[in-house]
Amino acid sequence: MTVGFIMMCHTALDRAAQVARYWASHGAPVVVHVDARVPAQDFDALGRALADLDSVSFCTRFKCDWGTWSLVQAAQTGATQLLARHPEVGHVFLASGACLPLRPLHELADYLAARPNTDFIESVTTAEVGWTVGGIDMERFTLRFPFSWKKRRRLFDAYVDFQRRIGFKRKIPGGIVPHLGSQWWCLSRPTLTAILQAPDRPQHDRYFKRVWIPDESYFQSLARIYATNIESRSLTLSKFDYQGKPHIFYDDHLQLLRRSDCFVARKIWPKAEKLYATFLSDRPAESLAEPNPSKIDRLFSKAVERRTRGRPGLYMQSRFPRQDHENGKTSAQYSILQGFSDLFENFEGWLAKYVGARVHGHLFGPDRAAFSGGETMFNGCLSDSAALRDYNPRGFLTNLIWNGRGERQCFMFSPRDTQDINWFTATDPNAQISVISGAWAVPLFHSQMDFSEIRREAARLQQIEIEHLNILRSMYVKARVRIWTMAEFIENPMEPLQMIIDEISPRATRRLTEAPQMIDLTGFGQFLQNLKNQGMQPRLMGDFPVAGDTVPPPRRRPYLVK
Amino acid sequence: MGLRQAIRLRRERRQRQWRAFRKRRQLKPVADRTAKIDARDVIVFCTLRNERIRLPYFLRYYRDMRVGHFIFVDNDSTDGSREYLAAQPDCSVWTTTASYKAAAFGMDWLNHLLRKYGTGHWTLTVDPDEFFVYPFCDTRPIDALTDWLDTYRIRSFPAMLLDMYPKGPIDAVPYREGQNPFEIACWLDAGNYMISRNRKMQNLWIQGGPRARVFFAEDPAAAPSLNKIPLVKWQRGFVFASSTHMILPRGLNMVYDEWGGEKASGCLLHAKFLSPLSAKVAEEMQRREHYAGSREYEAYSARLETEPDLWTKWSEKYINWRQLEILGLMSKGNWA
Repeated sequence: MTVGFIMMCHTALDRAAQVARYWASHGAPVVVHVDARVPAQDFDALGRALADLDSVSFCTRFKCDWGTWSLVQAAQTGATQLLARHPEVGHVFLASGACLPLRPLHELADYLAARPNTDFIESVTTAEVGWTVGGIDMERFTLRFPFSWKKRRRLFDAYVDFQRRIGFKRKIPGGIVPHLGSQWWCLSRPTLTAILQAPDRPQHDRYFKRVWIPDESYFQSLARIYATNIESRSLTLSKFDYQGKPHIFYDDHLQLLRRSDCFVARKIWPKAEKLYATFLSDRPAESLAEPNPSKIDRLFSKAVERRTRGRPGLYMQSRFPRQDHENGKTSAQYSILQGFSDLFENFEGWLAKYVGARVHGHLFGPDRAAFSGGETMFNGCLSDSAALRDYNPRGFLTNLIWNGRGERQCFMFSPRDTQDINWFTATDPNAQISVISGAWAVPLFHSQMDFSEIRREAARLQQIEIEHLNILRSMYVKARVRIWTMAEFIENPMEPLQMIIDEISPRATRRLTEAPQMIDLTGFGQFLQNLKNQGMQPRLMGDFPVAGDTVPPPRRRPYLVK
Repeated sequence: MGLRQAIRLRRERRQRQWRAFRKRRQLKPVADRTAKIDARDVIVFCTLRNERIRLPYFLRYYRDMRVGHFIFVDNDSTDGSREYLAAQPDCSVWTTTASYKAAAFGMDWLNHLLRKYGTGHWTLTVDPDEFFVYPFCDTRPIDALTDWLDTYRIRSFPAMLLDMYPKGPIDAVPYREGQNPFEIACWLDAGNYMISRNRKMQNLWIQGGPRARVFFAEDPAAAPSLNKIPLVKWQRGFVFASSTHMILPRGLNMVYDEWGGEKASGCLLHAKFLSPLSAKVAEEMQRREHYAGSREYEAYSARLETEPDLWTKWSEKYINWRQLEILGLMSKGNWA
């Protein structure tokens, strides 16, 4: 008993000839089907190249289009010819011209000889397949498809739609349960003979002629009727991507293919010299291993994921998602702290001591981006120039988070800074935004400016912060937002600070022992009253009594927005 | 796209084609070996002026990639570039003494030659200091990429310009003929690129890198564009609109994914900051034949005298394409 091959060829005939020669010269008969569209001279050249091999024959040629009945016809014809001419054949292996045997033929022959009545054909009911092209699964078997999906997509879709609307349904012949699977199979002689010589084959053929992509369902469904033992998997390693195109193997996949222990792989790039030279050379048959394509599966599923989902938070020349389709607006979590640096002396230094994170100053400050440690540049050569940053503030932020991958980024913010990123950060689930509202007034309180100027500046900053807070309270917020009024915060600063620190580095067990040094607020209540007296209403600080500055206002819980 | 815009874009495309057609008379053939081009060849198109010292490595680099043919437009070189190229068996050379600037910075000439010789081929349009890097370029020749693009019916492939620079003064280490320029200029900026979308042409506008950081920190809008689409399966109606930054019809500019995924892309390593740069800048300042009143060269000459070191401690040393892909500068997409 041996295995026989049917090869379906339409391009790269020289490679097909090489593979056919390999199989034939190692004792496996081959029937070659060449697409009727291949020019006569190429076909003749192939014939000449294989003329010296008795066990290679050519079958009737059909014009083969993707997903059409002609492919099944070609396979049927090839199989009939192979079974009739070569009685020694126990299994028939359907392969393509772009297939390459990865293991010596004898290993495959031994493997099949040990399983004489097993049919290796992926055959899954329509309910279970997740990979159908065009979102059509069961309807493949119940609708009509007179228009080409590849060339007449609109007509195809419109006609499918029409049939759905009028409730058209074809009747599935009795006994057939629709199954789908890879078109590359290996069937045993009894099963294949039963399919080809079945008394109701004309009926089957007539039905499947009008099924969509019958090459993925004809043998797969009929094998379920006649086979005694189906192994629902293909012996051909063939991976398809999300658009239904086969992945292609190149020279650099050599080691991966070798270690996969698969018998046959497709599709091989025709110019992959090294692959053809390696796998078509004579090697001793030694391994009895089961095919194990998991590594290759992983490689290709990662590629598909990269193409469909991409790397979160990356904006680059070939990935520039539209708003709300980012799949991660930024690449990692980060913290924005507003008001803290106004209320505490050297807050950045204090925070950096307690968290394992990169703590920047005011990245969006009016003069420059204050990177941590006073650096003029950050990872990835991100410049501290305010002009460059404000040219594309969102790009600046996403670059910063991307460049700082592996290290959490924290930065200070205030109404004095560039505000263009507020909507972006508020709607970013990676952002953690903590605001002490009204704290921007503390530097004004200590400034030596003329009071009318202070009043004007206070009104401006308050307006900016109110707008920011409105964003942070909107229904679109995805960030983790916490807002305290200044009065609430200074009443009990340790609790919120601990909360922020726990969130930045959740695994740190160290409790806060030392509070950051708060800036002296003696007379702040009076300062606010002075602003009021000048006609400006400070609204964001909470209650500060005019006299008795040190008396804390009544306790209230900090509130948590989302 | 509205009808009015469609008409406007079509008119622009026709105008550029017409310009290219008229400018064809400025080109004089020096060596025409285009009859040797095989139907499956990838062809490099390139304009140059006085680049003799760089050419041997340039040719070697792209020959190793299995590019089939080179088509050069020589803009009045005086250093023997023309003669050198004319002697190469796989190069076709045209020469012109006409103005580079008046020919839309050489694009009119190339658009004409692309239409005439590039139609039906994969074409790679680069400058002599641009070196194309694509996923798996160390193990797969360029026809592996173009065959793969063909199976997906992708007609254009992006490669962002990546400015490479040496450590220390740019002119400190002299470049030897035949040497890999990235032995000297092996540093790059990994993550300071600014991207926005150009609604009209649908391309991405990318700026940044060392040029924006050092020369245009106060005027970022004037920083040079880095987005490029050098690899195109040429068809008769195609035309480059502004260098290889933009191409018409504008659907070819849609080389990026908008729904979160990554399409495949490459990089053009730019060996601009390499000796003899100061001499070149001085010459270009004289000729005034470059884009936007040569403002780029003005900025260079102003800064090059005082602070010629582009290197910082945050600079990334170039290793290979895999590094660029990890940095997020290019992507394998679903090619594996």
